[in-house]
Order: sequence, then C-alpha cells, then structure tokens
Amino acid sequence: MSPVTDNLKGFSVTFRHLFRKPVTQQFPEYKRPVYPRFRGRHRLHRHENGLEKCVGCSLCAAACPADCIRVVAAENTPEERYSPGERYARIYEINMSRCIFCGYCELACPFDAITLGHDYELAEMSRDALVYTKQMLLEPGPEARRTPVAPVDPYDIPAQEDGPA
Amino acid sequence: MSATEHASAPVVPLWQPAQVPSPTPSKIDPPEGEDLITVNFGPNHPSTHGVLRLIVTLDGEVVVGLDADIGYVHTGFEKNFEQKTYWKGIPYAPRMDYLAFFANELAYVGAVERLIEIEVPERAQWIRTLFAELNRIHSHLIFLGTSGVELGAISLFFYCLRERDRVLDLFEMVTGVRMHDRYPQFGGVAEDLPRGFYAEAKRFCHDVPLRIDEYLDLVAGNSVWRDRYRGIGTIDAATAIAMGLSGPNLRASGVPFDLRRAEPYLAYDKMDFDIVTGERGDAFDRLMCRTKEMYESVKIIDQCLEGMPSGPVMADDRKHVLPPRHELQTSMESLIHHFKLVTEGFRVKANQIYYTVESPRGEFGCFLVSDGGPKPWRIHFRAPSFVSLQSTAMMAVNRYIADLIVVVGSLDGVMGEADR
Repeated sequence: MSPVTDNLKGFSVTFRHLFRKPVTQQFPEYKRPVYPRFRGRHRLHRHENGLEKCVGCSLCAAACPADCIRVVAAENTPEERYSPGERYARIYEINMSRCIFCGYCELACPFDAITLGHDYELAEMSRDALVYTKQMLLEPGPEARRTPVAPVDPYDIPAQEDGPA
Repeated sequence: MSATEHASAPVVPLWQPAQVPSPTPSKIDPPEGEDLITVNFGPNHPSTHGVLRLIVTLDGEVVVGLDADIGYVHTGFEKNFEQKTYWKGIPYAPRMDYLAFFANELAYVGAVERLIEIEVPERAQWIRTLFAELNRIHSHLIFLGTSGVELGAISLFFYCLRERDRVLDLFEMVTGVRMHDRYPQFGGVAEDLPRGFYAEAKRFCHDVPLRIDEYLDLVAGNSVWRDRYRGIGTIDAATAIAMGLSGPNLRASGVPFDLRRAEPYLAYDKMDFDIVTGERGDAFDRLMCRTKEMYESVKIIDQCLEGMPSGPVMADDRKHVLPPRHELQTSMESLIHHFKLVTEGFRVKANQIYYTVESPRGEFGCFLVSDGGPKPWRIHFRAPSFVSLQSTAMMAVNRYIADLIVVVGSLDGVMGEADR
C-alpha cells in the first residue's frame, strides 16, 4: 500500500473515535463502583451484641509487611467490658500513609475482627490525620459506606450509561 | 561532522557482531572537540520512562558521547526482603517493576516454592498463567501508549490506557486491587476466580484484538512513525545476545528465544502460541514485536479460560500454607499453625535457587539463598530493564538526539526495576 492510504487508515481510526461514547468518568461526581473483593480502608467489626470482635492479640501487627499497625492491649474488667475475651485493644492505630493495602491483616486475624472495606478516598491535608484511630475504624464508623459497591450477584458490573463498557 | 551528513547516513549496525564496548558498555566517551556541549537528559525528563539520567555530549544535534546513569529510584528492595519473613515478602515483589507486577511476584513466589518443594495445584497454575498474560498485555499497552507520547502522538496513549484499564478491572475483580496484588501465594493463589470473571474476561478477549488492529492502523502504516522508528537503534542478533538482551528486545533481532517456550513454567507447555520475532532489530521491530505479542497473549488467555481445570487453588500443606479460615474456629491445631506461620513464618532449609520467568521485559530472575532461617539470607533479582539499558549508549551514539528518545523508549526500561 502507498503511504497515503496507510496514513488515511490511521486518520480513520481517530475519526471513528469521534462517534464513540467517551469512557471518561467524572470522578468526584460519579464514583465508580468497586468490585466486592476490593481492598480499601480498614474496618473493625463488632459482634451483634455490640462487643468488639478484636481481642488485641496483635497478630495483624505481626503480619503487616509495612509495619503500619499498632495495637496496645488491656484487660477487660467486669465493669468495663469491650470484647468477649479477656483482653481488648485499648489502642488500635493504622498509619494509612504506610499501609500498602495488601490485606495481610485481614488474612491474619483469627476472629474476622478486621477487614478491608471499600473506601478509597483517603487523601488528607496533613500526615497526622492519616493515622486512623480505633474510633475511626470501628463499625459503624462516622463515615461508613461512602463508596458504592457493585452488586455481589450477578457480580459483573452491569453495563452502565456512564460506566465502563 | 555536520548534522546533514548524518541525515542521509545508511542504516548500518554500529558495532561489529558480538563486539561489545568493554568494560562499561553503558558509557561511550566523546571524542576531543571544541564545539561539543554536554547536556543532562533526565533524570526528570518525561520521555526517559522514569528517572533515567543520560549525560549526552552533543555535536550540534548529533549525540557523540553518552553516559547512562541509573540509581535514582534505588529503594533497597533486595535488602528489604532480607528483613521480612518469606510470606511477608510477597507484597514487596510487585513494587519493583510496577508495570509487570505479576511477573515479579511469580519469580519470587516460584523461587520460594521450589526451595520448600511445595506442589502447586493444576488450577492455580492455569490461573497464574492467565494473569501473567493479562499482565503482559498491561505492560505492552503502557509501552505502546508512552512511545506515542514521546513522539507527540497523544491519541494512542489515550486509546492504550483505555484498554489497560480493562485489564486492571479484571485484576481488581479477582485480586481485590488494581495493581500490586499479592495474588500468587506459596502453594497456589490467594482466592479462586469469582463468578462472572469468565464472561468479563471473554468480552475482554473479544475486544482487545480489535483494538490492537486499530493501534497497528495508527502506528504501522503511519509514515511519520515509520520514519522515526525504522533503522533507529539497530542491534543484530549476535550483539543482542552478547549484550544480554532478553524478551522482546532480543526477539526483535530475530532470536526466537522465549522462556515460556524454552523452559516452560506454569501451564505454558499446554498452550498454543507463536513466538513473535522481528528481522532487523531496530526500534520499529521492537515496537511491532511487543504489539503483536499482545495477540498471542490474548490467545493464551482464551485457552486458559476454555481449558481451566477444576480443583483446589491452594496446596494442602499445613507447614507452609495458611490453614483455611473455617478451621480457625474449630481446630486448635490449625490455629497454632496459623499463629506460627504469621508470626515466625516457616523455615527453609539452607539452599539456593535461581528461578526465571518471562516478564514482559524479558528474563526476570530471582536468585535466592537461604541459610535455614525464616528470612531469605540474600535475594537478588535479574532485572531485564537493567540489562537492556546498558545498550542505550551503543544504540544512540552517532544519531540525532531526537532518536535517542526513540531508542530509550523502544528498550522499554522500567527504572523501578532497573534500580530496585
């Protein structure tokens, strides 16, 4: 083929894209649903009776490859009971500026007390604000469920008007 | 020597076969001259693919001396591995070559698996093969897109990153994150494929070859593109082997060497695919080699989806693999194993191993020495970018500085991997 037709073939590709629907997502207004397995901001869970699942065993801190979890355990007393076991996490901090979201804490926790949620908007104006305390992580958190999650069943992201095709 | 003389220079290999400038091939000293100027190209130049610093000596517009300087993103990965137990090293591996993250994990996980002699189930092998090829498409798409940006063609970049996002969607669906997934674990993969993955991946396999056709329409026939890429950075087969090139860089010179075929690992021996080779070994061939390799990757993904065997995705080995979650509530023994594995890790008997995979950039190897403890005694990675970047100087010298950008781009170095 001659260079002219070859070049025209290239132009036709860009020209055809004029008539295709853009894949751009207007992010702050439109939040892309994440898949159910998405690993985002951590959550600390409670039992149905309100007690915390975490017993302060520090296994998550031991598993963390980035060393971003700090747990200080204390004894439960009959007057002040936080968790069903003997001990509870008096301090539970996650340094989100170090966290690599590998989910090893979730794998390590023998009580399913910590899971990685679906929130991904974690930017802050100061580094100190990225050290998440137990109060921020415990469910129900102050800003729980900011991120839409794709339906688990049928699990595919349904074809959306403005979503990924 | 004036610039116009070079414009009409014939395309010839700059070095005789297998004659490598020794001892530092990444450095070529400029000749003595008065009108030479030395320019720092990088480390923060958008077309150096990261932080590659090239100290270029110019005679007019022509490069006469070049010194490739690396080390700007040296993060001490190999030393970091020595501080972690084997299991905790897995999330570190993909962060070296951030475009070929899955291949890095495979090399590390594969090396450790061979040391602890663990049997990986068939299904896990196939899943790994599938994702290794998805990762290859991801890396090659970034390469193709950025090589467009370097020449000022921005549409190709947008088109490529659009398809790359679909690869990352598939990764997110299965592994939970879009990159750096720690999905391969010792003895298998972390989780089984979710429902709906088959349909989504099938749609991907259908669409992507059509998109690659479009890229080729844009690139292969474009006369400007061809003029910029043809005959630039030519390296013949013997020199390429002598310089240690691997992967598409080597195959573009006509050497059909591919670790997936030469030393089949995972499930590659059951896959039907072609090895794409070039003829001339110039930048254009390297580009076409990578682009056409994406067709082959799609073929492999399709075969993986169709022939995926059923069965477990994790080996049944309580000494090295975390026990299943439901057993933690019922079995004291499992709970003890769980605590032991997470806190201390497993011990690996004193041994050493070199294990390689075909990363999108070439032969990515992991050399691991164990002293019998729970942490690697020494770990070293053979980074294909590091090796391929040393031929930058011999490819770029006596060419225009604009061609230097094409040379660096076509070698497809990722500095995170070269520096580690």
